[in-house]
Amino acid sequence: MFAANQRLIDKTKKEERFKAALSTLTVGIFLPALIIVGWLFVKGAPALSWDFLLQDPIRGMTAGGIFPTIIGTMWLVTICVLISAPLGILAAIYLSEYAPDNLSTRIIRLCILNLAGVPSIVHALFGLGAFVLFLRMGTSILAASCTLAVMNLPVIITSTLESLQAVPRSFREASWNVGASKLQTIRHIVLPNSIPGILTGMVFAVSRAAGETAAILFTGVAFYLPFLPVNVFEQCMSLSMHLFTISTQVVGVPEAYPYATALVLIMMVLIVNSISVAMRWYFRSRRKW
Amino acid sequence: MMRFAILAVLLVVASCSRSGNHVVIQNKGSDTLVNLAQAWAEEYKVINANVGIAVSGGGSGTGIAALINGTVDIANSSRAIHEKEKVDAEKNNNGKVTEHIVGLDALAVFVHPANPITELTLEEIGCIYGKSGKCETWGDVRPGTVVPGCQDNKIIRVSRQSNSGTYEYFREAVLGGEQDFKQGSMDLNGSREGVDMVGKTPCAIGYTGMGYVSKEVKSLCVAKDKSTTCALPNMENALSKAYPISRELFMYTVGTPKPEVQAFLDWIKTDAAKTITKNSGFVPVQ
Amino acid sequence: MDKVQVLPMTQAKAKPVRRNQRPWSERIIEGLIKAGGMSGIIFVVGILIFILRESAGFLFGKFDFMEFFASGNWVPASVEKIEYGTLALLAGTMSVTIVSMVIAVPVGLACAFYISEFCPPRLRETYKILIEFLAAIPSVVWGFIAIVIINPLLIDVFQIPSGLNIMNAAIILALMSLPLIVSIGEDALRAVPESYREAAEAMGATKWEIATRVLLPAAKNGLMAAALLGVGRALGETMAVLMATGHSIRFPTSVFDPVRTLTATIAAELGEAPKGGDHYQSLFAIGLYLFILSFVINILADRLVRGKRLK
Repeated sequence: MFAANQRLIDKTKKEERFKAALSTLTVGIFLPALIIVGWLFVKGAPALSWDFLLQDPIRGMTAGGIFPTIIGTMWLVTICVLISAPLGILAAIYLSEYAPDNLSTRIIRLCILNLAGVPSIVHALFGLGAFVLFLRMGTSILAASCTLAVMNLPVIITSTLESLQAVPRSFREASWNVGASKLQTIRHIVLPNSIPGILTGMVFAVSRAAGETAAILFTGVAFYLPFLPVNVFEQCMSLSMHLFTISTQVVGVPEAYPYATALVLIMMVLIVNSISVAMRWYFRSRRKW
Repeated sequence: MMRFAILAVLLVVASCSRSGNHVVIQNKGSDTLVNLAQAWAEEYKVINANVGIAVSGGGSGTGIAALINGTVDIANSSRAIHEKEKVDAEKNNNGKVTEHIVGLDALAVFVHPANPITELTLEEIGCIYGKSGKCETWGDVRPGTVVPGCQDNKIIRVSRQSNSGTYEYFREAVLGGEQDFKQGSMDLNGSREGVDMVGKTPCAIGYTGMGYVSKEVKSLCVAKDKSTTCALPNMENALSKAYPISRELFMYTVGTPKPEVQAFLDWIKTDAAKTITKNSGFVPVQ
Repeated sequence: MDKVQVLPMTQAKAKPVRRNQRPWSERIIEGLIKAGGMSGIIFVVGILIFILRESAGFLFGKFDFMEFFASGNWVPASVEKIEYGTLALLAGTMSVTIVSMVIAVPVGLACAFYISEFCPPRLRETYKILIEFLAAIPSVVWGFIAIVIINPLLIDVFQIPSGLNIMNAAIILALMSLPLIVSIGEDALRAVPESYREAAEAMGATKWEIATRVLLPAAKNGLMAAALLGVGRALGETMAVLMATGHSIRFPTSVFDPVRTLTATIAAELGEAPKGGDHYQSLFAIGLYLFILSFVINILADRLVRGKRLK
């Protein structure tokens, strides 16, 4: 009764073939990406050294290192997260715990979705109009970081919201039943249990902010600065901008330099992402539910 | 978590209260000049540790726009400031615009080394680049020209973006100032991208400041018209104006410059700075 | 009112909670939370307002509807006749987006199927991590790759004069949007109730048949949303296309033509224009154009996903 008939055998064979095809396709997608990163590594490794990372650029940026750009990128990323994380977490708490299920909440969610899809150059225009001009921040790390913060807000809100909603309702109910107020419950029960997701969101924001170029072009980044920035009202250099200029503008750059800069940028982003993956594994194993 | 946040905020506040004890001069503008300006900035930092020059590119138009808006100390430009821009700048900043000539440049027109053409007149270049020019293939320019490796003998025009002083100067000097560029050219960023592109593309022709020309491309000998001898873009010909598309490189200030800015502008006239100009491929001001 | 006794396991601080009198600190914090919740709307509306503000002069002045949308001549710095026609730029954006989606959507959805349905679980985790890494690569690095790797590759393989063209940008954009399409597509497939699969399997369907005849129709809305979001990503990309397309204003006739996109035009020309001038404002007008385009796409995608949830 369960013997395989010819039709079943054919179907199974067809399925095996399609499965093999799909699996090859999937591998085929990641293969070019891996080859590209490998190629960057091969061409950039000759220029990569501790000197490269820690020195200033000299001789018209054709020699020396990329230290000020790394510092500049760190400035931008730090201020961006400092601004967007609290705002994003508050917004996610509102959406998760307080928002009624009505039209205005739908509109808020729609707006966050839209914010995520806005092209980065439009963010740059907004940053220029709102932060550099209207709020008179001038081209500065502050203006650039605020622009980056607005870009990253949806990322933080979404991941925080997910992790807040993943906390079982029973936790909240248990807390309410012993008389804690909503805010106390959030502060002592819900938030501590959502830390993994919140941190993941922040880490995503960090890697996006580190790689962004268009949004900071007009709001805070310079081609070359002789000093490191000391406060948020100064400009800075950035890794992403530096890659752009030495691959299109500067003459006489040794071939390995742009590759090495791209490599540093990718490494930074990959390290940050690996931290996020590791954090998620760690917290998942320690989850209380 | 809370403690970390407080620490971070304190760091930011602390850094805000500490103002740098150095002066920063804002210098923005021409992509032709940006490498030279950056080299000067590097050298000047060695000489005068308290004064730093923040260099940005973006094109001559960007620099002059910033001058008008009052957001830079020195604007770099590879073309002369327009009368209207001068009026706007003086009006917005309550001061006179001062023009400082900081170097001479010859605008090289270059092709792929395999291209058999070695010289062109301004008119022929205009035929290629200008809106009313009818030259679409290399055969149109000089009948019988065949470029090896070039599909259909088509001319690929490499140009610059409209905010570039190089773009504007070329339009004025070669296209006669009244003609637009033909649309459809590859308007690349940065002076070097064009050189890279032409070096890899047999069909291509491009133009840029002579300081950017590399061994991968062949600079053309340019003649004013069919009756004059052509000249190659180099320092002697730029200085003697034998090369028909030579231009001055400018730095503009508005009002009375701050003492540090004036000191820097004075330093540019010294021999040390002139050596840097030469090394960057431009002709130092004599 | 008596002090409430607190059980240790909740670790909540004990405070008497009177119905109409909460400590002011709580009210402030809750106010902040509500304000934070509004931030989404505030910023989206803010972007709209500021872009409108900066482009207002152009929009109510020199703006000519027919010219802006129907003319292919973008010559804001012309000495002959200044025109603000964006059609050729739109053609550039559309051509790059369409070609990249032709590559990315089928491949991405196929991958999503594979990862969601056919893949052993451990491999699935690995792929998801790889996808995240791919998604994290910054766009300027992709632009760099376009110039130094894809450019010579295209010249060699297709024997074309120049490798900075639609094809180049499309390949890069496809690689950039694949992670988005794959992960959202996979979410959509995962959201199909397990009961569908079980019912089909109970009737003797093979995995392939389940995938094509049950899951595909059931998750169709979510998959379309994934494709749309991929389109939105490709449409809005700036740095990578700036470096990859060759930046040439024209109506393309082949995939190997260089073009210019709306986004790259803003990025390349914004620094030049004196603030408040016509050119400056027209660039903000393009920004408005892009904002509206991405808004429409996002609303469509959201509608599709919502429709799916009502099933």
